[in-house]
Amino acid sequence: MTQYYVQQLVNGLTLGSLYALVAIGFSMIYGIVRLINFAHGDIAMVGAFSTLGLVAVGAPWPVTILVVLAVGALAGVTIEAVAFRPMRNAPQVTGFIATLAVSVVIQNVGIMVFSGQPRNFLFPDVMRTRVPLGPATVSLTDLVIVGVTVVLMSLLVVIVHRTRLGMAMRATAENLQVARLMGIDINRTIMAAFGLGSALAAVAGLMWGGRFGQIDPLFGFVPGLKAFVASVIGGVGSIGGAVLGGYLLGMAEVLFVGLLPPEYAGYRDALVFTTLILILLVLPNGLLGRGVEDRA
Amino acid sequence: MGRGLVALGLGAAAVAVMQASFNDYLLTLASIILINVMLTTSLSLTNGLTGLFSLGHPAFMTIGGYVAAILTYPARRKGFMMPELPEALAVQQWDLLPSLLVGGTAAALIAVLVGFPVLRLRGHYLAVATLGLIIIVKVLVNNMDGYTRGGLGLNGLPQLTNLWWVFGWTALSIIVCWRIKHSSLGRTMMALRENYMAAQCMGVSALGISLIAFVTGAFFAGVAGGLMAHLITVITPGTYSVVLAFNLVVMIVVGGNGSLTGAIVATVILSIASEALRPVEEALELYGLSQVILALCLILMLIYRPGGLFGSAEPALVRRWFTRRSP
Repeated sequence: MTQYYVQQLVNGLTLGSLYALVAIGFSMIYGIVRLINFAHGDIAMVGAFSTLGLVAVGAPWPVTILVVLAVGALAGVTIEAVAFRPMRNAPQVTGFIATLAVSVVIQNVGIMVFSGQPRNFLFPDVMRTRVPLGPATVSLTDLVIVGVTVVLMSLLVVIVHRTRLGMAMRATAENLQVARLMGIDINRTIMAAFGLGSALAAVAGLMWGGRFGQIDPLFGFVPGLKAFVASVIGGVGSIGGAVLGGYLLGMAEVLFVGLLPPEYAGYRDALVFTTLILILLVLPNGLLGRGVEDRA
Repeated sequence: MGRGLVALGLGAAAVAVMQASFNDYLLTLASIILINVMLTTSLSLTNGLTGLFSLGHPAFMTIGGYVAAILTYPARRKGFMMPELPEALAVQQWDLLPSLLVGGTAAALIAVLVGFPVLRLRGHYLAVATLGLIIIVKVLVNNMDGYTRGGLGLNGLPQLTNLWWVFGWTALSIIVCWRIKHSSLGRTMMALRENYMAAQCMGVSALGISLIAFVTGAFFAGVAGGLMAHLITVITPGTYSVVLAFNLVVMIVVGGNGSLTGAIVATVILSIASEALRPVEEALELYGLSQVILALCLILMLIYRPGGLFGSAEPALVRRWFTRRSP
C-alpha cells in the first residue's frame, strides 16, 4: 500500500514538473507583453519530435537535451518575430488570434510531415530501473524528470535574478515604457523571454514523450492549456507562481484520479478547467500574482 | 424596415430556387454555409463588436445540439439509446422548433455561469476559459453515457432541418445582431472595444454589456448546434471542436472587426474555399493543408490589413440600402 501512495505522489511530482516547465514560459511571456501564447504547448510537441529525430541519428542524450533546448528557443524566437512583433501595437486580442493561428500552423504542419498517427517514444532501457526510495521504489525516469526540472528552474532563477538580461526582463515586466526610456532594448528582452520560455517547454515535451511513451502532432495543445491554468493558479506573470501552480495542478490531477473511484477518472480534464473558472471567480490574481491596475 | 423585408423576400426567393434546383449534396452544403453564417454573425457580437475573444461557440453548439437531439429523439428508441433518461423525458418526442429553443436556452444558461466569473476580469481570460469550456463539455458528454451514449455519439437523429429552417434562423440571427449593432447597446459594446477604461468611466457596465454579448452569441450557437445535428443526423462529443472555433475566428477577422456584411461575405467565401480544397488535400494526401493555408491567410491579414475586408463598418452600399430615410 505504501508503494501505491508513494507512486501516486511521484506521479504527481512528475506531472507537476512538466506543467511547471511549460507554465514558466506562459508566465514569462505574459508578464512582459500581456500575451497568452497559445502556440506554447505546441513547442513541447516540436521538442518531442526533434528528440525522435536526434535519437534516430544516434545522438547521445546529453547532446539531445542541449539541441532540444536550442530548437525550442529558436521556435519561440521565430514565433515572436513572425506572429507577434509585427502586431505589437495592435489591440491585445490580435496577438491572441495570431498565436492561435501559429498553433494551428505548427500542429497541421506536424500532421502533414509526421502524419497524425501516434508514435512510440522510448527512453533508453536504463531509465526503467527501479530505484529504492525509503519503503518503496520509483522509476529512474521519474527521478530524472524531477531532477532535470529542478536544474533547469535553478538555471532560470540565476538568469532572471543574477544577469543583466534578467534584470532587463524584470524591469520590462514591471513597466515596458519606462524600461524603454531607461535604455533597455525591448525587442531583445521580449525575444529572450520567448526564447527561454520555449526552450523549457521543448524539454518538457521531450520528457512528456519519455514519460507517457507516445507522441502525436496534436499532443502539446491540451497539456499546454493546462499549464496555462497552472500559471493562472499561481498568478500569471509570476515565475514562482507558475512553478507552484504547476506542482499543485499536477498533484491535484493525480490525486483526483488516484484516490477517487475509477468511474470519476474520465473527468480529470474537466476538473482542471473547472478549477480555472473557480480560481478566476475567487482569486483572479492567483496565489502569488499581483493585481495589475489599468492606467489611463 | 421596408427594405429589410425586401432583402428577406429576395433571400426567401433564393432559397425557394435552391430547394427546387439543387441536389442533396448542394442543399446540405448550402445549409452548412448558412449555419456558419449564423455562427459567425452571433460570434461577432463578442469577438467583433465588444472586442472580447471567445472561442466557446463549439461548446455551446455541443450543449444545444445534445439537448435538442435528446428532445427530438424517437421515443420508442430512447430506452435503448439513453437508458438513464428520466421517465418523464423518455416518453417525450418534441418537434424541432421547441427543441432548438430549449437547446439554445441551455447554452445561454451555461454562458451566464461561465461568463459571470470570467467576464468580470479583463478579456484575456475569456479565450482560455472558453477553450477550457470546450474540453469540459466534451468530457462531460463523453462520460454521461446514460444520456449521450458517450464517445459513440447519438446517430439516427430524425432529419428535421432543411434549408428553410436554416434560412429562418440565420435571418433571425443577422437581424438581431444588426439591430443590436445599430442601437445604443451596440454602440456601448463598441465603446468597450475601443477603450475599456474610458467606456467604464462614462458609466458603461463592462460586465453587464459583455455578458449580453456573450450570452446572446451562446444562444444562437446552441440553436445552430441543434440545427446542424438534425441536418447531418448525428452528433458526437467531437463534432464541434477547437478547429471549428478557430475557423469561425478566422472568418470574423477576415470579414472585419464587427462588420456583419464582412462576416457574412468572409464566411461564404471561406466555407466554399475549404470545401473546394478538400479534394486537393485528399489527392495530395496532405491532410491539414487547408488549415495551414487558412492560418497563414489569417496571419497575413492581421499584419497587412488588421481591419479585415470591411473594417468595423458596413460597406456604404449595404448601409445606404438599409438606412431609413427621413420622410
